[in-house]
Parts: sequence; structure tokens; C-alpha cells
Amino acid sequence: MAIIELLIDPFVQYAFMKRALAACVILALGSAPLGVFMTLRRMTLLGDAMAHAILPGVAIAFLLTGLSVWPMAIGGLVTGIVMALMVAFLTRYTQLKEDAAFTLLYLLSLAGGVTLVSLKGNSVDLLHLLFGNILAIDAESLILITGASCLSLGVLAVLYRRLVIECFDPVFMESVARKSMWVRFVFFSLLMINLVAAFQALGTLLALGLMILPAIAARFWTRNIDMAMLLSILIAITASVIGLLTSYYGKMPAGAAIVMTAGILGIISALTGHYGSAVSYLFQSKKMD
Amino acid sequence: MSALVTLDNVSVRYGRHMALQDVSGTFDAGSLTAVAGPNGAGKSTLLKVIAGAIKPTQGQVTVCKTCMRRTAYLPQTSAIQRDFPINVMQAVCTGFWPDTRGFGAITAAMKERAKTALEAVGLGGFEKRQINGLSGGEFQRMLFARLIVQDARVILLDEPFTAVDAATTARLIKIMLDWHREGRMIVCVLHDLLLIRKYFPESFVLSGKCLGRGHTHELFEQKLLSFDLDMAELLGPAGSRPLSHEHDHSHGHH
Repeated sequence: MAIIELLIDPFVQYAFMKRALAACVILALGSAPLGVFMTLRRMTLLGDAMAHAILPGVAIAFLLTGLSVWPMAIGGLVTGIVMALMVAFLTRYTQLKEDAAFTLLYLLSLAGGVTLVSLKGNSVDLLHLLFGNILAIDAESLILITGASCLSLGVLAVLYRRLVIECFDPVFMESVARKSMWVRFVFFSLLMINLVAAFQALGTLLALGLMILPAIAARFWTRNIDMAMLLSILIAITASVIGLLTSYYGKMPAGAAIVMTAGILGIISALTGHYGSAVSYLFQSKKMD
Repeated sequence: MSALVTLDNVSVRYGRHMALQDVSGTFDAGSLTAVAGPNGAGKSTLLKVIAGAIKPTQGQVTVCKTCMRRTAYLPQTSAIQRDFPINVMQAVCTGFWPDTRGFGAITAAMKERAKTALEAVGLGGFEKRQINGLSGGEFQRMLFARLIVQDARVILLDEPFTAVDAATTARLIKIMLDWHREGRMIVCVLHDLLLIRKYFPESFVLSGKCLGRGHTHELFEQKLLSFDLDMAELLGPAGSRPLSHEHDHSHGHH
């Protein structure tokens, strides 16, 4: 029974491990299904860019109020939305394409954010903002994460079919439901809210880890969107547990350990999954021979 | 017959490029119209304007009120993600979207209708197949099945026969003629002049502006629609052979 004790003990004994696990599980519930839609819409890189784009707002909030949860969340949301509007402006009124516009602005945000933080903070503060500190998560952050997850699960449930149809065939959706811009706006808002919530745990650079990586892994195991959403939640939770334990016993940074585990699960899925993986391609081509 | 769609001096501009210029005309209930013209003539733009997907820069498009929610638009297939993880049945059922309430649930009766539609396009038994396993022709037939379940009064087709083989074209044309018989209004963009001459009573010839519209045979008489127009210019008098449409067509009705 020693192994089971080793697996469970840290979560029973230490409140910070309990809170970290709770934060990961709640985050997984809300953001992993959203991640499935991000992969379906081919928006994963855009998500990454948006995750960086929240940094200047967070940094300004940090300058004004220190490391407090709500001002940083609101600051992040505001700069995220400003960045998105600027990308929309640049792609529409200049010759920049979307990918270049996002790259331009996210590098600018990252550099600007780091500069702002360094005006007042030290390198520990900077590390905190860039990579989060999931082991130091407090009740306020948990409330923010829980709120974000409840909101996105609720909205996804209501808009589910609409989002699926729109991902599948946006032109069709536009022709049958003429005003469909608001759905895209709602989806984008959910992304931002989840990023700001995940930022509390994983920082700007890793915020996307629990959203996108489990979704990428899940799509190798099922062709069914509902199942992919469920599976992505399970994978995200598994990665969190393994990551937290690894960080506990291996004295590694927890956020990085969690995201690394999710990444490894993604690679394993890409190599061995049921659908579209390396193994399935090899198997198929052998069959054809 | 009453006009379901009226275009009144419609112009569409993309940046500096004028895609449509001062196009006017009406499409009546029960009409079957081909839209012809060279690449870049604004044919797809015309359909999008009627479908409401884009707004005219100038002029006005009037679609009869009862048709607004009963308009089906089939874009060129490139707009759709072919590797999207849903099956044929689910894809066809997306056509019920305007009829669904609240969460967009699909009823048993809708599924039954979708099944019938799939049988009509020759895809009976394909319900559970993933769409990424379909061939180009099967995919196009699936999209026609979705058009069937949309039960639209106004049907807009953008090059529906371009990437499909002759047998599939024949099958799709039969479905289109059934719609025509049922009194639905159809506007179809296509390049195949033989198909236009054979099946479309009316035509709309575009080249940025509207060059002509009316009965198809009259447009052929006026040489606004012509088999040897461009080829003759390219090859000179000695080499002016008919377009390869003859060849396409001979495979059309096996």
C-alpha cells in the first residue's frame, strides 16, 4: 500500500497541495472543453498569442496594486481585448495577415509587460507573472477560477450545437442565422476569461497548457466531439495529478511539471492514438500493401 | 409569377476591386436560373449578396420576407473543413438549424427526414460514416442532402458540379430538377455551357456588370452565351475546335 500512500499523502497532508489540485481540476473542467473547440477552429496559436497579450494589463495592475487577484484579472482582460481589436484593425486596414499581426502584438505585449514589471518588481515577481505559482494559490484565486469554469461550462452547454455547426461550416451558419457575429464574440470572451483564470495558476507563458494540450491529446483517441471534451478533461486532471506529484517529490516547479506532463501525454497520443496518430498511419499503410 | 428576389443597382466592392457593378434583375418563384461568366466576373459575389452573407456597397437586395429564413446557400466546397470530426448524419442534420429551438436539439422526425434525404442522393447507409472518409462526389451529395432537409424556397448553388464526376453530376441535376418541379427558386453558378443550355430555362450572364439575362436560348442566339467565343480567339480560325464540354457531357448520363 506504500505506493498509494505516496500518491495520496501529499494531497492529504498539505493544504497548498490540496488547493493546487483543486485549482487544476476546476480549471480542467472549464477550459479543456474550450480547448477542443480551439483545436477544431484551428485557433490554438491564436490562443497562445492571446495568453501573452494579457501580460501588459496584468503588469500595470501589479504596478498599481501589487500581486492582487482581481485587478490583475481585469487588467489582463482589458489588454487582451485591446490586442484583439488591434489585430482586427491591422489585418483589415493594412496588408498584414492575421498570423503576422498576432506575432507582432504578442511579442510587443510580452516585452512591454516584462519591462513594466521590472519597474517595480524583482525577478521573483516576474517569474510569478510569467509562470504562475500554483502552489501558492489562495482562496481568492480559487474563486476566480471556479467562476470562470462555471461560466464557460454553462455557456458551452447552451451554445454547444451552434458552436459545432459554426466550426464545421461558418459560411452555412452565416447564411441561415444572419447575425452570428455575437457567437464569435462570446467564444472569444470565454477564451479570455479562461486565460485570465489560468494565469493565476500557470502564468502568462503556460496559461494555455491545461486548455490546449489535453484537447490536442484527446482528439487522437476519439472522433466524437462530446467524447473529446470529456477525455480532454480527464487528461487535464491526470496531467495535473502527475505533474503535482512530480513537482512534490522531484522538487520541480509545479506549473512547468503539469504542463510538461500534459505535453508528454500529447506526444504519446500523437504517436499511439487511435485516430490520425503515427502508429495508425503506419498500420493503415501496411494494410494497403 | 412573383419576384422572390429583387436586385436594384447592386454594386459590391472589395477594397479597390469592383466585384459587381450596377446589377439589377429579379428572380421569380419557381425559376431556374444559371449564372454564367468568366472567372472573377462576380458570380459567387452575386450569390453571396442574395444569401445575405455580404452586404452590397451600393444598391439594394430585396428578398421576400417569408423566404428570408428559407434560403439555402451552397458555397464552393473549399469553405468547409473536410477533416471535421462529425459523421454524415450529423452533418446533414446541421441543415435543420433554423427549425430547431433553444439548444438546437434534433428530433427523431428530423433524423428520419435526414435519412430519406440521404437515400435520395444515393448515400443510404452512410449515416455513421465520418465525413473525412467521403470522396469528393460523396461529399457533394451529402451537401445536397443537407439542402434537401433545409426545405428552402430559395436555393443558391455555387458551382455545385465543378469537382464531381459525371455520374454524380447527373444525379445532382436530377435532384435540382425535382426542386424546380416543386416550385422552388434556384440560382446556380456554373461554367458548363452544355448543362446550361440543356437544363436551365433562364440565364444571367455576368462580367462584373450584367451583360444579359433572360431565356437561355435567346442568350445563345445573341452570342452572349457561346461555345466557341474564347477558344476561337485563342486558337485562331484553323484550330477552333469546340470546347471539351462535348466530352464531359457524353459521360454525363450513363
